[in-house]
Amino acid sequence: MASAIEELKFRDPAKARALTEALAREVDALGRSPVSVMHVCGSHEQAIARFGLRASFPRSLDVIMGPGCPVCVTDTPEVDEAVALAAQGARVCTYGDMLRLPGTSKSLADAQADGGKVEVVYSVSQAAELARRRPAEQVVFFASGFETTAVATAALVLAGVPDNLSVLSSHKYVPAAMDVVSGMKETNIEGFIAAGHAATITGWGIFEPFARQTGTPVVVAGFEPLDVLAAIVELVRLIRLGRPEVVNCYPRCVSKEGNRPAQEKLWKVFQAVDGNWRGIARVPRGNLDLKPEWERVNARHRFAIDTAAVGGAERNLLADRCICGSIMSGLAKPDQCALFGKECRPETPVGACMVSSEGACKIWHVYGGHPNLQEVA
Amino acid sequence: MADEKVALKHGAGGRAMRALIEDVFLKLASPVDGIGLSALDDGAALRVGDRWLVVTTDSHVVHPIFFPGGDIGRLAISGTVNDLAMMGATEPLALTCAVILEEGFPRRDLERLRDSMLATCREANAPIVTGDTKVMGKGEIDGVVLNTTGVALADRVVSDAGLRPGDRIIVTGSVGDHGMAVMMRRHQLGLEGDLRSDVAPLNGLVREVLRAGGEDVVAMKDPTRGGLASVLHEMAGKANVGILLQEPAVPVNPEVRAACEVLGIDPLVVANEGKAVIGVRPGAADRVMAALRSHPQGRRAALVGTALGERPGQVILDTGLGRRMLAEPDGEPLPRIC
Repeated sequence: MASAIEELKFRDPAKARALTEALAREVDALGRSPVSVMHVCGSHEQAIARFGLRASFPRSLDVIMGPGCPVCVTDTPEVDEAVALAAQGARVCTYGDMLRLPGTSKSLADAQADGGKVEVVYSVSQAAELARRRPAEQVVFFASGFETTAVATAALVLAGVPDNLSVLSSHKYVPAAMDVVSGMKETNIEGFIAAGHAATITGWGIFEPFARQTGTPVVVAGFEPLDVLAAIVELVRLIRLGRPEVVNCYPRCVSKEGNRPAQEKLWKVFQAVDGNWRGIARVPRGNLDLKPEWERVNARHRFAIDTAAVGGAERNLLADRCICGSIMSGLAKPDQCALFGKECRPETPVGACMVSSEGACKIWHVYGGHPNLQEVA
Repeated sequence: MADEKVALKHGAGGRAMRALIEDVFLKLASPVDGIGLSALDDGAALRVGDRWLVVTTDSHVVHPIFFPGGDIGRLAISGTVNDLAMMGATEPLALTCAVILEEGFPRRDLERLRDSMLATCREANAPIVTGDTKVMGKGEIDGVVLNTTGVALADRVVSDAGLRPGDRIIVTGSVGDHGMAVMMRRHQLGLEGDLRSDVAPLNGLVREVLRAGGEDVVAMKDPTRGGLASVLHEMAGKANVGILLQEPAVPVNPEVRAACEVLGIDPLVVANEGKAVIGVRPGAADRVMAALRSHPQGRRAALVGTALGERPGQVILDTGLGRRMLAEPDGEPLPRIC
């Protein structure tokens, strides 16, 4: 294990310098300011923030994190559904980050404190195991994540789940959100960096219609710092050349077709339906819901979910000042929020983006905020 | 604030712990001739004639009590000897040892801990001269708590607030070994491999540093809870300087790096029990480095940072690929999967 890490060459400072120099040349040649590009993945933000890459970007280049955190975009009513199910006596299993995600008035952590049965699982199969161990209980898997994670849920459903397990899906489909964000005039995004892990499933070919229709180039990127740098250089080059194409900068994992068996599983179980993404917009075909033939494992069919009982009338004054929606749409940066690092911290999050390790605010907080470091010798 | 409860993070060596100490315990401070409680240093230094009496105390709790590379007995001796050494007092006069045991604690384990303490005392040339034993009921305490107090005389006291812009910062060896070894064992993560705690008394090493650097050694601190990140924030804050840390220069063992990578933990915030962070005037850096490297505990010593006039109180991390601010750790680092 140790030697494998030592051999990782995707963090080589000399290569990084060559790439940042190439980036400066591309941005110079473009001759405009600002140039805004967007990535849609918390793991890309982690690489950028952890390695301090923004300090080496040209000042006129703005690399923005878009709706790249599945936990963050899970909408309030979806959390309310899970909280209501816990209040109704079901055992609700979900991934750890989802616990503190605020609903209208309560999070699942609050539901747990109220005596609800809420459990953190690390995989959907763990939820199935739990259901097998407790045959007398109704177990609900509150499924979050993008198309990558949805494949795991689909595979389990296809393999057959215990009768007492059902799925409350808040799975989201990233390509649909890219359509919405690219249509926002205020952000003026000129190019997208697509998430390499999602593309291993979908294939890079899926972005071709998007690039053609929107006139926006897309580059698929991996998650090491050099992956991200190389992808940004390529993206700015495509913008400069005015070529709305898709380029795969992560060929060691991603193919044009992607993982066909995984896609088949995904679309056998899920269908893309219109849905609200927290703080952003209604996203046409942005939610992955179980297809009608899987009604019997769909928690929304199995239970009459009474969210009115857990909906809050109390107005949260802090939450009113939270700008997570603007941050996830790329309209604002975490450090532009008055609450960032003050009232809103990882141990006391106000907004969704400070809850999840994939959220922009949490990532910026962990990696030291975002003062301009270019002036420090 | 008064209705708040104490949380685990208040003992984790980071921002929360400092806030608790400042809010609650600083009221106990009174003026002394020397370095007292209000300095929040590794220990106190009281003027006695033309010398300094250095005093420090530390309670030790660790779970599990036996871990790869050491145990709570070795930890209790090393921790106190090191706190003395970090103030410049490398020749401990004496240690005290108070033990609180849980009913049912195996006597065999207790004897094993005693042997470990004895061996560590000999290593540090620090005699235990008095002690105290208490037993509490089952469940009233977790196994064993060891408290040690140390006293020593020093001709010159080194505080942790002495940095000036331009000073160089040295770490005496690899970081993260203790915290990762204990964490792996505690959470039974099955990734132990060759992870071993670095717990050891450092007074011999520090003696060589002071011999080589003399008055040019201006700040010392051992990066225990909160790791290197916490110590650098403290040094920067107390001296009102910025610190630029060169991440690629910080020695990290491959096993520690791999385990940290898997668990999503930054080695810079992981505890050490056998390392020191030393600030020296620029002209003395080479001398001190040479002295460190010729000592068995300092072979992997490295120059890792520089004090700056800009950004007082803050730590800038140069990752080799870019730069960012290094956040002060908030609490105990937790593995991503727990």
